[in-house]
Amino acid sequence: MTVEPAPAESAAERAPLLSVRDLHVTYRTRGRGIPAVRGVDIDLAVGETLGLAGESGCGKTSFAGALLRLLPPGTEVTGEVLLDGEDVLTMKPGRLRAVRWTHAAIVFQGALHSLNPVQRVGSQIAEAIRLHSKGMSRAAVSARVGELLELVGLPARRAGDYPHQLSGGQRQRVLIGLALACDPRLLIADEPTTALDVMVQAQVLRLLDDLQARFGVGIIFITHDLSTLADVCRRLAVMYAGRIVEQGPSHDVFEAPAHPYTRALTGAFPVIGDPAFRMQPAGLPGDPPDPRELPTGCPFHPRCPVAVEVCPSTPVELWPAGADRLAACVHVSGSPVRP
Amino acid sequence: MTTRYLTAKVAGSLATLLFIVCFNFFLFRIVDSDPVANLFRGRNLTQSQRAELTKQFGLDKSTGGQFVDYLKQTAQLNLGRSYTSNQPVWSEIKDKAGPTIALVGISAVLSAVFGVLLGIAAAWRRRTKTDYSVTGFSMATFSLPDFWLGMILLTIFAVGLGLFPTGGIEDPSSTATGLAKLPDQAQHIFLPALTLTVAYLGEYTLVMRSSLLETMREDYLVLARAKGLRDVLVRNRHAVPNALLPVVALLAINLGFVLAGAIAVEAIFSWPGLGLATYEAIKGPDLPMLQGLFLVFSLSMIVFNLIADLLYGYLDPRVRTA
Amino acid sequence: MNAVAAPSPRRITWLRRRRAVAAAWREYRHHLPGMVGLGILVIAVAMALAAPLLADPDGLKAVNTTDNPAWASPSEFGPLGTDNFGRSVMTQFIWGSRISLLVGLAATVLAVVIGSVVGIVAGFFGGRVGGVLMRITEWFLVIPFLPLAIVLAAILGPSVENIILVIGITTWPQPARLIRAQVLTLRERDYVDRSRALGASNWHLMTRHILPNVSPLILANTTLTVPIVILTEATLSFLGLGDPANASWGKMLDNAFEFGAVTLEAWWYFVPPGLGILLVALAFTLCGTALEEILDPRLRDRRA
Repeated sequence: MTVEPAPAESAAERAPLLSVRDLHVTYRTRGRGIPAVRGVDIDLAVGETLGLAGESGCGKTSFAGALLRLLPPGTEVTGEVLLDGEDVLTMKPGRLRAVRWTHAAIVFQGALHSLNPVQRVGSQIAEAIRLHSKGMSRAAVSARVGELLELVGLPARRAGDYPHQLSGGQRQRVLIGLALACDPRLLIADEPTTALDVMVQAQVLRLLDDLQARFGVGIIFITHDLSTLADVCRRLAVMYAGRIVEQGPSHDVFEAPAHPYTRALTGAFPVIGDPAFRMQPAGLPGDPPDPRELPTGCPFHPRCPVAVEVCPSTPVELWPAGADRLAACVHVSGSPVRP
Repeated sequence: MTTRYLTAKVAGSLATLLFIVCFNFFLFRIVDSDPVANLFRGRNLTQSQRAELTKQFGLDKSTGGQFVDYLKQTAQLNLGRSYTSNQPVWSEIKDKAGPTIALVGISAVLSAVFGVLLGIAAAWRRRTKTDYSVTGFSMATFSLPDFWLGMILLTIFAVGLGLFPTGGIEDPSSTATGLAKLPDQAQHIFLPALTLTVAYLGEYTLVMRSSLLETMREDYLVLARAKGLRDVLVRNRHAVPNALLPVVALLAINLGFVLAGAIAVEAIFSWPGLGLATYEAIKGPDLPMLQGLFLVFSLSMIVFNLIADLLYGYLDPRVRTA
Repeated sequence: MNAVAAPSPRRITWLRRRRAVAAAWREYRHHLPGMVGLGILVIAVAMALAAPLLADPDGLKAVNTTDNPAWASPSEFGPLGTDNFGRSVMTQFIWGSRISLLVGLAATVLAVVIGSVVGIVAGFFGGRVGGVLMRITEWFLVIPFLPLAIVLAAILGPSVENIILVIGITTWPQPARLIRAQVLTLRERDYVDRSRALGASNWHLMTRHILPNVSPLILANTTLTVPIVILTEATLSFLGLGDPANASWGKMLDNAFEFGAVTLEAWWYFVPPGLGILLVALAFTLCGTALEEILDPRLRDRRA
């Protein structure tokens, strides 16, 4: 099942920027396999923005790492990741290194050690530039670094600073500027606002929105905080236990979540008279399931407030849940097993 | 580096030095109950001669008075006279410092270089045969007594195969002078230097390996790979410089230690340095010599600790720009 | 109505600890280097304990009859040949293991006990008391410990007890520093506050709460300190400060060197004791590393 990209002018533009098919990521430790991503399909058109939400441990960071093959050696990644038509998973190492950062770049979470602590931030940006453009003069590289810093709202002279001399918000901006260094068509932002306080979060989100509008870059925005996605992303996908459990236009999903997990994530109001919600505080009780011991049927049923008898025995899939909406729950309109 | 950091460290070192000097005095006061008798062992002294000498050495003063004398003399580098050779302790130390510095310096550099390279290889190929064999080898060399290794090498290569001289720093019968002495000296330094290098490289390997393993878990390495950097360059440009910081500190501190740690090896190879002097002073017992050597060893430890602190502070920008 | 009374808190704690130890042992069994180290130690300790059965102590006294030629190689005499006095090297090796192991363990225990007390008190009380204790510790660390040990040994005279004392006194600062750091983190934990609210005295807190929680660290550190102590004893003995009446492996090496085993290529006199030191020190290192991995929760995740 695929998501239809937004209507576009020409066939070339209609071809998806990113097309992920049946992605599986399995970590191998001591002979056992831990499935982090269990079959994910995603389509992203040129210039489109997609939000990917879920609790920690749902597989979204593994998903991000898999897109550019950045997972630890020994990790099994199967499926297809078509970036501008080329399958990243079968690229030769040389081609992969050339594609990294130029076609797609990652905006990492701006924690203290996301940047090399003993190198100035300017030279870390310069390294990316020089890697993909031979023969650029020192002055030209320097100018470009300054340009990128100003683009993200930092004075150019900050290039001479070390990462610990910058605030969290400033570091995050550096990481965004760094990601744009080689004009990528796709930005994968992995929890870019998680470590920041609310005011700074808003600034960074606005920055990303501006840059997206200006450069028409596609963005996959990964986070556990659904509220940050509503404005920046046009479409939303929710992940649970290694699979996508809901997707659709972000405003629709946010306002009327179809999957009970999404409902919990949005902190939706309880249904009046529903005894299941009455005693619970907002927020979801319990923990995400251990990937090595997933529940049968729908992996969410142990924590689900509206679970019914068929849930533990039904292999749920993404079924239609409205116009341009999909959800993996037996309760949705398109489910074959209406209780 | 802030001057505050600098002055704090230097002041700390000076305080420790002062402590050592005082400690040295009291320690040897306990040991040496009758310096006059010890200095003139084997010579019968009359009462009046004794009294005269006691006064001459200022030993008739109170302990406090003696302490003040000691401080003054130490400041002037008058460290007493050796019981065995009757030469001033300071001049003996000066003569013997050179060979020790040469031996220890060369070994420290070689063991650090090889140790670090091995540590990098082991960490980068974690859990492979390379890692296990390097780690095992390092643990083994870390556990062996350095002088024992020296004995074995001596027996096999010098006595048995005759490839190297069995001791000393140069051939006593040679008439070469100046730079012409170097080839001969190089032959003499080879086995002791090899012994010390092997004995110490284990520690560098293990420390570099664990430091690099820690560094390899950091996020900025993933970032470096994501930029399109080749794995080798990720390692050399990003991981290794960060991992080296603790090793640099270790190297500087070890230089302070090894000065004293080479005592047994110098004894084995009859290497005419401070270590051999210590060995002979123990046998004496040549207490002024021991006292002087103790002071020199402590001083070198303090100095190298300070260098290690300053070097670390300079290399780590987080400390430098704090 | 309960027919059986609930177990006392002490019994519960005892059962819990026993289970934790059993779990740790299970994990340890999977650690190959740790098991190798343990195996070597078992053999060494068995040999040391069984010394009177394995070798006649009379063989340690100087003998030089025609039955026992001096400097006999292993092919000529006994499993390991003889020394310059005609004594069997094997006998000396077996008996020497006793001293080496005894000093190694006793001096380590002394160092760790002093270090733990200082570390726990300094970490727990902080402030002035802690500051003073740490200053003393730092000063001790700066003094080069081999020369200090030499001087102390020279003062006190060569005997097994003195060597143990000397090494213990020069080695305690290192565990003290580590333990203090650990206590500092533990002091802030909730259960300490709760205990205090219930009226627990400082002594109670230190012995019942802090001590059990630093014990794993102390154990791992102790095991890793033993090799250093063993090597120090070997060096001190080699330099002539060891007990001549109770010859450790280090003293054997001293004798070998003094009596010219090197020039005579009488390798059988100095290779075995050195090898013994190497294997025992290595064994403790392997066990200590294994213990560290099992008991330190931070290192644990890395193994996965």
